[in-house]
Amino acid sequence: MSALLPPEFADLEPFAETWCLATEPERWARRLDSSMEDLRAFYDACFPRAEEAIAHCDRFDLHALPDDAARLLELLHSLALVSYAIEVWGEQLPVHTGAAVIDRIGEPRP
Amino acid sequence: MSSFARPAPGTWTEHHSELGTGNVSFEDSISPEFFELERDAIFRRAWLNVGRIDDLPRKGTWFTKELVAARTSLLVARGMDDEVRAFHNVCRHRGNKLVWIRSPREDAAGVGRQFVCKYHGWRFGLDGGCTYVHQQDEFFDLDEETLGLAPVHCEVWAGFIFVNLQPEPEQTLREFLGPMVGALEDYPFDRLTDRYSFRAENRSNWKIFIDAFQEYYHVPPLHTHQLGPTARNPEATFEAAHYQLDGPHRMVSTSGSHKHRFPAEHLYPSEVLFRSGNMGPWDAPEIEGTRNGVNPGEVRSWGIDNFQVFPNLELLLYERNWYLSYRFWPTSHTTHTFEADLWFAPARTARERLAQEYAAITVKEYALQDCGTLDGTQMGLESRAFDDFPLNDQELLVRHFHHTVGRWVQDHLSSTLRGAP
Repeated sequence: MSALLPPEFADLEPFAETWCLATEPERWARRLDSSMEDLRAFYDACFPRAEEAIAHCDRFDLHALPDDAARLLELLHSLALVSYAIEVWGEQLPVHTGAAVIDRIGEPRP
Repeated sequence: MSSFARPAPGTWTEHHSELGTGNVSFEDSISPEFFELERDAIFRRAWLNVGRIDDLPRKGTWFTKELVAARTSLLVARGMDDEVRAFHNVCRHRGNKLVWIRSPREDAAGVGRQFVCKYHGWRFGLDGGCTYVHQQDEFFDLDEETLGLAPVHCEVWAGFIFVNLQPEPEQTLREFLGPMVGALEDYPFDRLTDRYSFRAENRSNWKIFIDAFQEYYHVPPLHTHQLGPTARNPEATFEAAHYQLDGPHRMVSTSGSHKHRFPAEHLYPSEVLFRSGNMGPWDAPEIEGTRNGVNPGEVRSWGIDNFQVFPNLELLLYERNWYLSYRFWPTSHTTHTFEADLWFAPARTARERLAQEYAAITVKEYALQDCGTLDGTQMGLESRAFDDFPLNDQELLVRHFHHTVGRWVQDHLSSTLRGAP
């Protein structure tokens, strides 16, 4: 299988297929469908590499990212979303969400 | 203990003596009869914000807007002359809904030169004029002058598209917005174009959710997690720095909570990583343009302006040069559609994009707490366990809002009784 991420981030490759997702609705669904163990594994692997990954993406024009850097940026978007489950709530959904649902229906790309 | 000066005679609420300090009834939020009155008294009378000019980026673009409360659908289009016009989204021939894509009950948007009715093929231009009648010679005495779409008053202010469903609005849009909101006209909204949009179908009266966003008294108890574990204190108090009322509109300014100045140990690791959070991206872009009307109370260490534009638009202007708009559209007396848009200066780098993303994530996380709580508030009110409820000085805007809604409904009833239009 060919690598999805830039070679410098080969250590994150095991998470790429699951977490390189282009839109918030996809990332949100993945967060809700993942176990806290899986979220923790992704967070623990990705967070320490995040600063370097952001710097890698910023070697390119945001609107002309090579495919592998674009996927790395998607992975960072997933990290931002997963961080709430890990750092803030300790569970997949915010405390007191109850039956509420909020859909993101538009966002800039990338 | 007050941290901020309050106006004579000592509280914000008493300063507005017409509002009183007594308990407030929320019967207006659980009564189906009251909602029936709001349809005409408010949603067919007030100026309503239905979109932004960003929704019509070039000639020929259009969108539809379901206004359930006003019992109509609107078609808003930017003509070849760049004029923005609004019409009832209804075919002149047999009253069919003119434009829809997935379902007649869903909003749609697109671009084109004309609208074709699915039913009998009549066509209308972007200016609402009828351009084609199928088998025209089968009709009797068709008056071409009366074949166009039914126009709706439409004006654009600061890039916000407003409509008014009255045959003749009592006030122009600028008169309606008044000096407090009107002063924001030159705010650089047009430079904040990176947009994150959200939508929710909530199970509460529309006013009950607006209430959740027009007081900060609930923030320390409900949104305890906005501060990291070391800084967290559920018994913390919140005091807004400035309140202001202007006609049916109202605003509150907050001070402080500038997280970019917090020590890192009081923050979440990802706030530090992405340099962003509930006050927006920390590294605010320089945005030219005036700030007239912003921070009208000249609050020191100003953080947010929260403008509540009657009846159902909220604008939150942040110190970090971005803004949020919320709109609350009733769909019945116990349900509403919530629309939220976050607007930022265009991201130039991946780092800026991620700071926006983290702010947009943060808004949704905490709004889910507000939405989740809402369901229970509506149920509690509907139990009629209590007839009225105490509101404190930090809940002035809640008091003013329900007072204003009541007055608009009363005015409408009086004018109906007098036989006025």
